[in-house]
Amino acid sequence: MESQVPLIEIRNLVKHFGSVIALSGVSLNVHRGEVMCLLGDNGAGKSTLIKTLAGVHRPTSGDFLVEGKPVSFSSPREALDAGIATVYQDLAMIPLMSVTRNFFMGREPVKGVWPFRRVDFDHCDEVTREEMHKIGIDVRDPHQAVGTLSGGERQCVAIARAVYFGAKVLILDEPTSALGVAQTSMVLKYIHQVRQKGLGVIFITHNVRHAYAVGDRFTVLNRGKTLGTYAKSEIQIDELQNLMAGGKELQAVSAELGGMV
Amino acid sequence: MVNTTQPTADLSPAPAVKKIQDERLREVSLVTKIMRRPELGALAGLILVAIFFASTADASMFTLAGIMNILSPAAQLGILAIAAALLMIGGEFDLSIGSMVAFTGLIFGAFITLSGWPLLLAIVATLVIAAVLGGLNGQLVIRTRLPSFIVTLAFLFILRGLSLVGLKWATGGSTQMRGIGDQAGEGLVRELFSGNALEGVFAWLAANDLIGKFPNGTPTVTGVPVSIVWFVGFALLATWILLRTRVGNWIFAAGGDPNAARNSGVPVDRVKTGLFMFTAAAAALVAILTVLDAGSTDARRGFQKEFEAIIAAVIGGCLLTGGYGSAIGAFFGAIIFGMVSIGLTYTRFDSDWFQVFLGAMLLLAVLFNNFIRRKVTGER
Repeated sequence: MESQVPLIEIRNLVKHFGSVIALSGVSLNVHRGEVMCLLGDNGAGKSTLIKTLAGVHRPTSGDFLVEGKPVSFSSPREALDAGIATVYQDLAMIPLMSVTRNFFMGREPVKGVWPFRRVDFDHCDEVTREEMHKIGIDVRDPHQAVGTLSGGERQCVAIARAVYFGAKVLILDEPTSALGVAQTSMVLKYIHQVRQKGLGVIFITHNVRHAYAVGDRFTVLNRGKTLGTYAKSEIQIDELQNLMAGGKELQAVSAELGGMV
Repeated sequence: MVNTTQPTADLSPAPAVKKIQDERLREVSLVTKIMRRPELGALAGLILVAIFFASTADASMFTLAGIMNILSPAAQLGILAIAAALLMIGGEFDLSIGSMVAFTGLIFGAFITLSGWPLLLAIVATLVIAAVLGGLNGQLVIRTRLPSFIVTLAFLFILRGLSLVGLKWATGGSTQMRGIGDQAGEGLVRELFSGNALEGVFAWLAANDLIGKFPNGTPTVTGVPVSIVWFVGFALLATWILLRTRVGNWIFAAGGDPNAARNSGVPVDRVKTGLFMFTAAAAALVAILTVLDAGSTDARRGFQKEFEAIIAAVIGGCLLTGGYGSAIGAFFGAIIFGMVSIGLTYTRFDSDWFQVFLGAMLLLAVLFNNFIRRKVTGER
């Protein structure tokens, strides 16, 4: 893993919004077949960082390399074409539309000649059913609305869609934060599967337990800076928790409450 | 497109999997499948209304002539309603379509009578101007991020006012412009937009005693008014676009959740602008059809049609919040409209019951749609 060129590498990334310094020197890299967890409390700059990686924002300064080559995305579409797919927490799927229509949204395969060009829905249904089965969701009917799926299933379908369309790096924005325990383990299991396929995953969360369950390495973000990156063997779960919360205060509260926060 | 196969061991061989899933597919009951159709409510409503009139109205209502009577107003409204339905599915409203009918009627009339343009040129120019105005509506909504309700409400008054002012200016003080029919000339283009279609078929049917005819041999109904043909064609085209093309999927996506759609690479702004242009062009088509039919235009043309079109679209299963609905539903919704407005004259009821009926239908449709949406999305 170490000898490879990272799928994504950023060095000293800085992003200013007017007078606000959102990111002041973030460094991070993701390799093939690993889950990099990006941890940070609210306001640490996680959202800005993902949006920069996803092509929504342009960095003010710093290096952004994809497979060793410097890149500069001007739209989410360009990032997508470069193989960086972002799955947003609740903006991934449209509940009123069918699973198939959601799966192929924006990338519908067509057949026939204009003006009779139409979406090849038979093919779409077949692919959707297959992909659903691979992730272990028993979709009885790909025509059913996404709204009938559970939150965990929706996240998994969104991830499966990104994988199917050739993503090399998946950026998952708090995929488990709104989910219950069973749902969460379903998503974490699927993240593990995606890693085994050789994709790089950036898993953004503020839940250390979720991160520790599936992550290979952990990068902690605080006040727009990376505090450091640690391999799983180097750090314990409670150390990670303290690091993320900026240390002392939380420890004090934790001691006061007689347990871990 | 990279379709990576899974390196982890498959749990079961693929063919077996397929078979199991196919069996499960059949388990989705017919009832569920039907419930999932947005136009179900409109179809059920149409059947109920038809039963009501079949039992209360004069039998002549359901003769061929009676049905043409019902379908003529339904067709004019229906073309608007289908366009309004697509726009509503795309997540926007257009309250200016009624005024657009009056305004485009005026400019169409002016092209014919004042400029003396040939009919085809006048039609094309009218449609283009309407599309530009629709595009303006759309761009205003998208750029200002104001609700389309308020932007198009402004245009409702602007266009109605312009129609009045323009008509008075063009005619020297009158609010009606006459003589358009006489100056439009005859020919193939005229026949596409006015008069009856399928006259040969009807003559043949009459000759073979399949439909009623006068003693001299001409059929009692000489053909299908072209507006009905346009109406049916429009419904089929819109349904095909909506259910079978990429643009159709984008319309659902843009209305369902514009952010999610954008994140997936759907050109939401272009789709919405296109829908506004399409709606305005549909209003212009109705203006052309009705003006050529009547031979004149006036300032009250299309009055309150925007509400009727939206009501027909809602009866047809469109949600006010966008992202769900059907063109064929709006088609049925418009027929319900025509059937009630004309049908009451065939009964002993006062035809002013129409509005009461309309409001009740709307309320029922909205309640029914809400119920269906909860079913579809599993909302609780």
